Amino acid sequence: MKLLIKGGRVIDPASGKDKKGNVYIEDGKVKSHPADTKKIEGEKGAQVIDARGKIVAPGLIDIHVHLREPGFEHKETIRTGCESAAAGGFTSIVCMPNTNPINDNASVTEYIMLKARTEGIVNVFPIGAITKGEKGETLAQIGEMYEAGCVGISDDGMPVMNSKVMRHAMEYVKAFGIPVLTHAEDKNLSGHGVMNEGDTSTLLGLGGIPSASEDVMVSRDITLAELTGTHLHICHVSTAGSVRLIRAAKKRGVNVTAEAAPHHFTLTDRAVAEYDTNAKMNPPLRREEDRLALIEGLKDGTIDVIATDHAPHSEDEKKVEFDLAPFGIVGLETSLPLSLKLVEDGILTLPGMIEKMTSIPSRILNLGRGTLEAGAPADVVIFDADAPVKIDRTKFRSKSKNTPFNGWDLKGRVLYTIVGGKVVYSA
Amino acid sequence: MAFERKHILGLEELNAEEITLVLDTAESMREVSDRDVKKVPALRGVTVCNLFFEPSTRTRSSFEIAEKRLSADVLNFTTIHSSVVKGETLLDTARNLEAMGASMIVIRHPMSGAPWLLAKELNSSIINAGDGWHEHPSQGLLDLFTIRRLKGRIEGLKVAIVGDILHSRVARSDIWGFTKLGAEVRVVGPPTLIPKYIEHINAKAYYNLEDAIDGADVVIMLRIQKERQDSEFFPSLREYSRFYGLTREKLRGAAKDVTVMHPGPINRGVELSSDIADGAEAVILEQVSNGIAVRMAMFYLVASARRTS
Repeated sequence: MKLLIKGGRVIDPASGKDKKGNVYIEDGKVKSHPADTKKIEGEKGAQVIDARGKIVAPGLIDIHVHLREPGFEHKETIRTGCESAAAGGFTSIVCMPNTNPINDNASVTEYIMLKARTEGIVNVFPIGAITKGEKGETLAQIGEMYEAGCVGISDDGMPVMNSKVMRHAMEYVKAFGIPVLTHAEDKNLSGHGVMNEGDTSTLLGLGGIPSASEDVMVSRDITLAELTGTHLHICHVSTAGSVRLIRAAKKRGVNVTAEAAPHHFTLTDRAVAEYDTNAKMNPPLRREEDRLALIEGLKDGTIDVIATDHAPHSEDEKKVEFDLAPFGIVGLETSLPLSLKLVEDGILTLPGMIEKMTSIPSRILNLGRGTLEAGAPADVVIFDADAPVKIDRTKFRSKSKNTPFNGWDLKGRVLYTIVGGKVVYSA
Repeated sequence: MAFERKHILGLEELNAEEITLVLDTAESMREVSDRDVKKVPALRGVTVCNLFFEPSTRTRSSFEIAEKRLSADVLNFTTIHSSVVKGETLLDTARNLEAMGASMIVIRHPMSGAPWLLAKELNSSIINAGDGWHEHPSQGLLDLFTIRRLKGRIEGLKVAIVGDILHSRVARSDIWGFTKLGAEVRVVGPPTLIPKYIEHINAKAYYNLEDAIDGADVVIMLRIQKERQDSEFFPSLREYSRFYGLTREKLRGAAKDVTVMHPGPINRGVELSSDIADGAEAVILEQVSNGIAVRMAMFYLVASARRTS
């Protein structure tokens, strides 16, 4: 299997490369960046992709995805989730453990790994639960899940409220060198809240989730990271307060990283007006001040990673009273154009954006990917950063269509997604 | 002006002219209610469904009488008799009623925004009879109507709303209605029951009852849900009543011709002492009678908007 990607703008933040050139792939690995391609083109069986005027980058990595399988296959399966990822330019995705059964032991991890190997067209890395059944009480089979392939642990969506349990989890993972990913939320403070607590929730008469319910937990988890020395990764940061806390923690050398989701740096809680359940997610869309703080955090590096929190739900589940609708929106197929908007707006450079979606997430979870250096797995995305796209949810590869961005005019079209040297998506 | 709305979902979306039109129309409807034969044919042949997902004798009865006085065919549907308990969705329930011929649906629902869902998905006209903590437009309109009849105006009045503002749809509709017509609205209650962001919707927040009703022309007392005392909002009904219950003594600072309102049902001795509830300032029963006229006006205007569209 030989593949030559010719004449594109090759951006590989891990090696600092950003220039017009060629990428040559052989046997699933990046072989070289040849200056002269004549010899390769002459060889038999070499596929050539003309990438002139396009961006050639390491395949995107999304470290926050809900694949829903096992248990919720009507929302998404490992197969459809991977197809959605490929269509969005992602070559590796990290899936959260809140399936049914919950991924809290090696047999579930093995099931996911097997399904991903046989049906998935992109790389899938599971996250194991912190506690059994995500109940927040006793530790899950962390070591065995690690052996089976889990790259981190998290009780995403069901934060560990008991600080002592969290402390033990953070200590215990040190034996395996994997991070703890926190969905930082004080469930008591959130109560029955369904959107950000603010003027919009007051107006709509909806229960509010105050920013404080995130800030309080970010603060606790940073404190525990300091106590234990464990690498703490803070998921889907949504508040100005969290950004401040993380910035200060990093400054004093705490081993903490953080991610933000495109919907949080793009929208505010105003999007909930008229009770749009596709604007319901947790953490909720916040105020403009929070959105601007996230952007500042992305810019100054306080927020390391862009991750989608891809959370598919069926049409029927979302077409109900706002209080009853499940939290979450799909994100894999809108992430790149929404992130490119940060580049267009001068917040990030293009290599800076790519870095937050490739090499940094790979490093955080130790995935050994996210670069185009010779010898690396040949995971590549080729996209046109300037091509206009109209978001059309009916065209999503994901099984679910729950997006607040339907009909948006953005820029950034994925042309090829290549996993291990094999084209898994082409526009 | 003509009323052009197919639905009445809340007072937030109505402008001052539309609200005034409803109040003016209610005057004529009030006149119908004073006749010997209290019936006009405005909704003849129209099926109206009262879709109630919460127990409510008062509001449902008032809507039903209004519908019958306009000669509508009335279908009452409450959760106790519905298939909602079997897991049917709200939309499916409403679509079934529409299939039976209902073209107007009056909905009361414990969750904010439920009427919006129906308005988006159905062809029927939707009248919000109270959704969650959000709005109760017919109550807001009847409060405005009652005060306008009594005082001849809304503009320039000082209105104090007392009690559990956080969970009150009546408060939100009253705030929108009174401020749109030029009144000044103050809200007062325990700080745990005053939303932090209430001033964004043009109400001034107070924590002390006497301060809030100082010089007030209208005092609207909200019903306190007894179950709230078991949560962390306030320590006991006794303490609530001591600080936020309206007594003759506390009312002394209000305007001389102050009017006291309550959407009912009253917890005597909690929100209101009996001497106030039964006193000259209180117009609680007047509110009930006016409620029918206002609801008739809402149906009448929505029905004519449907016909012209």
